[in-house]
Amino acid sequence: MNWIFEPWPWYVAGPLIALIMFLLLFVDKQFGMSSNLRTMCTIGGAGKKVDFFDFDWKSQRWNLIVVLGAIIGGFLGAHVLTNDPSVAINPDTIATLEGLGFENAGDTYLPEQLFGMEAFSSVKSLLILLGGGLLIGFGSRYAGGCTSGHAISGLSNLQLPSLIAVIGFFIGGLVMIHLLFPLIF
Amino acid sequence: MYKSEAASWFRIYEMFQFQSFHMYGIIGSALFLGVLGVFLIKKNNVKSFYGEPIKFTPKDKSFSRYMYGGIIFGLGWALAGSCPGPIYTLIGAGYASILVVLVGALGGTFIYGLLRKKLPH
Repeated sequence: MNWIFEPWPWYVAGPLIALIMFLLLFVDKQFGMSSNLRTMCTIGGAGKKVDFFDFDWKSQRWNLIVVLGAIIGGFLGAHVLTNDPSVAINPDTIATLEGLGFENAGDTYLPEQLFGMEAFSSVKSLLILLGGGLLIGFGSRYAGGCTSGHAISGLSNLQLPSLIAVIGFFIGGLVMIHLLFPLIF
Repeated sequence: MYKSEAASWFRIYEMFQFQSFHMYGIIGSALFLGVLGVFLIKKNNVKSFYGEPIKFTPKDKSFSRYMYGGIIFGLGWALAGSCPGPIYTLIGAGYASILVVLVGALGGTFIYGLLRKKLPH
């Protein structure tokens, strides 16, 4: 049973993601995580100001249960099923990150300077996290879905719009890492 | 998500550097099984647990919203190293700082709602 404490290989994780999508399809639901952000805005009262958020959020309660599941899964994965949270990324990646000022890349699960407690005392780190979040929220709703809704659900159903969106995801990601990271970090 | 390291900022960076097969293996194997399963469901008219035919909602036809929205999402995905699912995984794992990303994502969603009618779709 030691394998369960090791990082899970892609051929375990990928099929598990597909399984979640099929389980949701079998209960007449669509796998998509970013919709929850809209639901949460509505619960917070955004429907009174903007009609986009004026919908029956209770019809989306099932998806909030998926969110709860992801939180519980994250807790179990990190605190029960993991002894060593380091991430064995490519040595070339580690070298590139060191050039950008990321020390000990991969020794922790997330970069300390962005996600450690010290991030709260750095205006720059907070702006990066907030800005990243704004782009994620705005972009996923504009595109009508994120990695789960387009790259998994949409492409599984051979939807051309999802292919366009996924190409967009990669254009954005590549521009960020190759052109903007050297300016930001 | 946590155990496969798909929620790790480092894995997302490595993916966009094309320096590991790991993330492509995860997305690719999920997609391979997804395409195969959806094909079989449609071919055999498989019923859901409630006995109804399984519904697939086609996405609206358009180019601009998917391309522009996709690029904006991709910028955020690479910067924060997290997409909307793993945000919750990392909250469960106990990273307080990811709450800043969640606040940003809620703000971004709200701004989209405000500007929706003015954006090309």
